[in-house]
Amino acid sequence: MTEKERGATFLEKLNNLDRRIIFVLVFCLVSLPMILKLPSQVTISPEVKKAYDYIEALPEHSIVMFSVDYDATSMPEIQPMALAMMRHAFSRNLKIILTGQIAIGMPLGTQAMEETAAVYGKKYGVDYINLGYRPGYQAVIVAMGREFRDLFANDYRGTPIDNYPMMKGVHNYGNLGCVVVLAHGGTVENWIQYAQSRFGVKLIIGTTAVGAPDYYSYLQAEQLVGLLGGMRGAAEYETLVKAPGLGLLAMAPQSWVHMAILGLILLGNVTFFLVKRKAKKVEQK
Amino acid sequence: MKQRIPLAISFVAGMFMIVSFYIPHPPLGGMEQKVLTWFAIVTGISMIVGVESLLRVNFSKTIHRRKGWGYSVILLAGCVLTLITGTIGQFKYGSPVAMESPFMYVYETMIVPLQGTMFAILSFFIASAAYRAFRARNLAATLLLLSAALVMLGRVPVGERIYSHFPQITEWIMNVPQIGAKRGIMIGAYLGAAATSIRIILGIERSYIS
Amino acid sequence: MIISFLHTFGVWLAAFLTLAIMSFLYKDNVVYKLAEYLYVGVSAGFWLIYVLFFDVKPMIVDTWMNNTGIDRYMLIIPIVLGILMLTRMVPSISYLSRIAIAFTMGISAGLGVMGAIYGMILPQVKATMLPLNNIDNLLIIIGVICTIVYFYFSKEHKGIIGGTAKIGIVYVMIAFGAAFGYTVMARISLLIGRAYFLFHDWLGII
Repeated sequence: MTEKERGATFLEKLNNLDRRIIFVLVFCLVSLPMILKLPSQVTISPEVKKAYDYIEALPEHSIVMFSVDYDATSMPEIQPMALAMMRHAFSRNLKIILTGQIAIGMPLGTQAMEETAAVYGKKYGVDYINLGYRPGYQAVIVAMGREFRDLFANDYRGTPIDNYPMMKGVHNYGNLGCVVVLAHGGTVENWIQYAQSRFGVKLIIGTTAVGAPDYYSYLQAEQLVGLLGGMRGAAEYETLVKAPGLGLLAMAPQSWVHMAILGLILLGNVTFFLVKRKAKKVEQK
Repeated sequence: MKQRIPLAISFVAGMFMIVSFYIPHPPLGGMEQKVLTWFAIVTGISMIVGVESLLRVNFSKTIHRRKGWGYSVILLAGCVLTLITGTIGQFKYGSPVAMESPFMYVYETMIVPLQGTMFAILSFFIASAAYRAFRARNLAATLLLLSAALVMLGRVPVGERIYSHFPQITEWIMNVPQIGAKRGIMIGAYLGAAATSIRIILGIERSYIS
Repeated sequence: MIISFLHTFGVWLAAFLTLAIMSFLYKDNVVYKLAEYLYVGVSAGFWLIYVLFFDVKPMIVDTWMNNTGIDRYMLIIPIVLGILMLTRMVPSISYLSRIAIAFTMGISAGLGVMGAIYGMILPQVKATMLPLNNIDNLLIIIGVICTIVYFYFSKEHKGIIGGTAKIGIVYVMIAFGAAFGYTVMARISLLIGRAYFLFHDWLGII
């Protein structure tokens, strides 16, 4: 085989690289920075700062509703956001009402709230409450605009919510400082359409990086007061509340893999065009 | 009659929601609240239909020892385990999702890793697809590639170290051209959604009762 | 001791299931299929739990027990609708489920119309009416108009409409590129989450 032929074969091999090599590369680039605990710093984006500033400005003892609209499929992105934002709320002596639109995500929200409440010595029924989940998506969101008790007469364990001191005089969105929607999908549009536009609810959205680009339009239209997108958004909020967690830890592996994927795209294009050019030359001969 | 009664119900329900939007005061406001509660109840019960079909197929596969019946046994066992632990959680701790509930153990050891990993493996496929399929064949594809590259660099710390203005470039892309396009798509989509909803209320769109 | 054993067993089970799903990356195999069917089964069980204890119990049983008079008896309406919905499982009387489906579709459509108009279309159009005092505002307005024209297929894309649509394509490609960038970030984040579990919770090396 001549040198030229060997070169063409190598290019073609590179062009048809076994995807399992790429899989191993990606896994190594994710694992190594985490194991080596490479530090990362993030600059704060305006949309995350807006969310932070809004919660920071709420008067003490204001009530913030957290809606758990995600599940384990987006847990790595949204759970760090939930923890950071709940830490912020409890550190400001705000009260939390937890509910959700995705049933299978409620355990994650419950876990985040109980974990964070324990750190700050908060008491159930006085500082936070878990209303649980009801089916119906938009129906639930609209009904909560009038009276929580029509759907949530009891909390998630079946105790009447009127038994809890923090629910005295709390009936609907009008008694809340804001609603933090932690969502991986279409429930954000429901919250905007039915809570924000109908009842003037102040909404902060924490969502996956897949969904975040869609919500910049709502932020610009001032239908949202803040937006956290993906693990980067979680990392930024962790930086603001000075509580580093999985969000910040993930920035180093994220960097490495992004660079690798960009490199792969560049390599893929270069080999593709080189192979195409060689094929054209062979045809012309 | 089989079609007319459902169409009439659909019309009345839809029109009631529209009228009560404009007249939220009693008695319509209170009635709307009741109707929304009924909607929540019926929506919840409708989930049984989907689950019943799945369980019936797999139960039948197991009984008749059809190909792959072993997997169906695992499916049914998983279902029964969840039901038992959830029921114990409800009656002993007041809720299946109470932290002490045995259902939470099933949730953390099975649902979380299975659900999480199903989607996590997509990252491998996206890297492989980026290498094999993402080609700058024409202007549109090149624009897409450039935009993706700038955003990917701007959203990670290493991008900022390479060029300090990458994050600002990403912010500009997300807040100007991206909004222009997404808003245009959104307005079109929601005009379509509003039109479809009106068609359902007026009985022009009937596919849901076929 | 039992709690410690259960915790360790749970971590190992979660790690096994994680690696079982990941084994699909090499090729489809029995272990992956077992994990997949287990996932479907556990999810199906969860749906039943959710219907019983998040819907039927609090909204029907508890409400019936805690109310009297008309507040109690009005519950008969959603109970009947729910039963009608379940007739879908019996082919000979499945036509009755149309009544319940029509009810839910009518409510959704009624809410949907008002939500789409007042929640989406009007605020977004209002937000596009920006002062023309800077280039970014002008670019946003051009982008919205050109994208809408691009997706208007009732007229041939020729002349002015064709030119406008071409500008729309530029905006759409930039937006999709940004979306791809964010999607890559999202998927990698999910892998980071699972890798963190394996290295921190299971192997304890982080």
